[in-house]
Amino acid sequence: MMHPRLAGTAALLTAVALTAACSSGGGGGDGGTSPSGTGPITVWLSNNEQEVGWGQDVVDAWNAEHPDEEVTAQEIPAGSSSEEAITAAITAGTAPCLVYNISSAAVPGWVRQGGLVNLSQFEDGASYVEERVGEGAQTYLTDDGYYQLPWKSNPVMVMYNKTVFEEAGIDPENPDMATYDDFLAGSRKIVESGAADSAIWPSPTNEFFQPWFDFYPLYLAESGGTPLVEDQAATFDDENGRAVADFWATIYAEGLAPQEASTDDAMSAGTTAMQLAGPWAIASYAESVDVGFMPVPTSDGEAEPVTFADSKNVSMFTACENQATAWEFLKFSTSEESDGKLLEATGQMPLRTDLATTYADYFAANPSYEVFADQAERTGDVPSIPNSVEVWQAFRDAYSSAVIFGKTSVDEFLSGAAETVTGLVQG
Amino acid sequence: MSTASADLRTTRRRWWGRQPIGSLFALPYLVFVVTIFAYPLGFAVWIAFHDYFFTAPGVDVPKPFVGFDNFAAVLTDPQVLESFRNIGVFLVINVPLTVVLSLVLATALDGGIRWAAGYRIAFYVPYLTASVSLVGVWMLLFSSGGLVNSVLGPLAPDPSWLVNSSLAMPSIALFVTWKQLGFYILLYLAALQGVPRELHESAETDGANAWQRFRNVTVPGVRGTTVLVLVLAIITGANLFTEPYLLTNGGGPDGASVTPVLLIYQRGIQQQNPDTAAAIGMLLVIVVGVLSLAANRINRER
Repeated sequence: MMHPRLAGTAALLTAVALTAACSSGGGGGDGGTSPSGTGPITVWLSNNEQEVGWGQDVVDAWNAEHPDEEVTAQEIPAGSSSEEAITAAITAGTAPCLVYNISSAAVPGWVRQGGLVNLSQFEDGASYVEERVGEGAQTYLTDDGYYQLPWKSNPVMVMYNKTVFEEAGIDPENPDMATYDDFLAGSRKIVESGAADSAIWPSPTNEFFQPWFDFYPLYLAESGGTPLVEDQAATFDDENGRAVADFWATIYAEGLAPQEASTDDAMSAGTTAMQLAGPWAIASYAESVDVGFMPVPTSDGEAEPVTFADSKNVSMFTACENQATAWEFLKFSTSEESDGKLLEATGQMPLRTDLATTYADYFAANPSYEVFADQAERTGDVPSIPNSVEVWQAFRDAYSSAVIFGKTSVDEFLSGAAETVTGLVQG
Repeated sequence: MSTASADLRTTRRRWWGRQPIGSLFALPYLVFVVTIFAYPLGFAVWIAFHDYFFTAPGVDVPKPFVGFDNFAAVLTDPQVLESFRNIGVFLVINVPLTVVLSLVLATALDGGIRWAAGYRIAFYVPYLTASVSLVGVWMLLFSSGGLVNSVLGPLAPDPSWLVNSSLAMPSIALFVTWKQLGFYILLYLAALQGVPRELHESAETDGANAWQRFRNVTVPGVRGTTVLVLVLAIITGANLFTEPYLLTNGGGPDGASVTPVLLIYQRGIQQQNPDTAAAIGMLLVIVVGVLSLAANRINRER
């Protein structure tokens, strides 16, 4: 016979499980609020100091003209990543109206959660997005709707330490490393000459987003802008994917890049000569390293290759009551004037078709950013696909095994990962 | 009438116990346990048997009952099986090492060695320090160009410790043993106070040497604490997350240090598949429960 205390505990646990079952199975309502609501709203910004400064200026300018529709700006709550903080906020119903730091990879998951507002449902929603971005706008469609406004990009290029290049006997003004063969020859020179311990140091860690800073920019360049997944199938199990994977596998096999994460900033410490980076790096290294930038390499040395956009976008959340105000503020904060201020404050490239001409004065005054403005014309992004994060994690696991650690062959990686990815996308 | 009121009193007493005030004081903790532990556990069990994902409030989507599908999915996933194997490797190294080292060091400290207070602090400081900062130090020590490899010279392993599939998990096991040791030493030190001095004295009179006294007086004297140390070490070890996340770059190299909790984080939080994450969690609860019961049973039989 069951001991009375044990029976009590068992009854309590059963009751708790049943309560959980009942409370989680429920729900109801259509989940949406009227897009016509106006009034005060809250927006979240990334914790980048320059972006917070820009955001506060834009909010102040708006509030001065719209006392009844006051906007409050906050930094995204602390978490190991903004995506996790936002996922939690959607689930809890505490998401703000707008978040200015949305990674495309996270959007399909949040759409499935019912957390995002389809901007296409605003009368001028789809046209605003398409006028802003041009042809590339299609990349940002999820379930035939725009759940994100493409906002700014950080096109990925190869950043190099000019002093290290000079020590290695490479002309820092014209490194001539556009082809894989030349890039590998230059890298060997750097390591063999002792100018730096490693030629390049992409983070070899296992996070799902790391391919965006090693494999993916080179794959976009090699394939002329083909995304990882197209028409619900993985694209990379082909000669382009093989060329890129072989290139990185050679880099690791010859010890030109370390298999371990750096314990400090490898560029500043001088332990590596190159990194893949966006325009944010210009300001970051202004004081410490004399850096130059060149496009990512391709097998045949393409002069104007496509690269990864590393875009951050803006989404509206279903928890927002005053969606009409949110939409007007979204347009206000991404106007030509606000975008110009963003460029000046952060050096990040507003995602709009007319970048170089619209802000010609800025690029004339800041020539180091001009190369990025030019590169921003040719970028690709992460595709909007189901199970997006799972796809990138599966890709990373397989890449890590074959390319970084050489445990499996490149061919096995390409065919195996492509099969897994296609399976995940097709659900 | 009087019978009825007596019945009422008995019922009340049954509910509140003999000390209603005491029950009242215990109530906040009961509420804490129910809301922070029992409810999430019950909820996790429910999630593990459904096709579940997190939704915004008010969004009504079907979350059908799927029976054991989530369990079947995780039990046939090579990465999940590898994570449990990795935890096995960890526990085989970490648990015996923890028990032996903490008991031996506690006995030495209790025996009145010189600078005992200094040693006590030295053992306890790693336990107090945040894992994240200690991981930084270990990375400096055990990275390819780190201090340890510099000292070892040609004897340094290739690939280095943290990127070597055979050495990554043992390295983590050593790190955790070192980090947690101070806490277990403290438990044993407290237990050693309870071992009567007379037993040692009479054993000495009977001609027992130091090893024999340790073996036949100290070890049986702290058996209760050994069970506690075993169970705590198993639970802490099986819930390993920070170290594979930071020290070996997210379960690397090539998955050699992936742990169930790291997978729960990836699947449940990052990839928004809480159903399979909950299934891994349930398996982990069962494995930890069985191991803890076994540790208890083995020690009792001895």
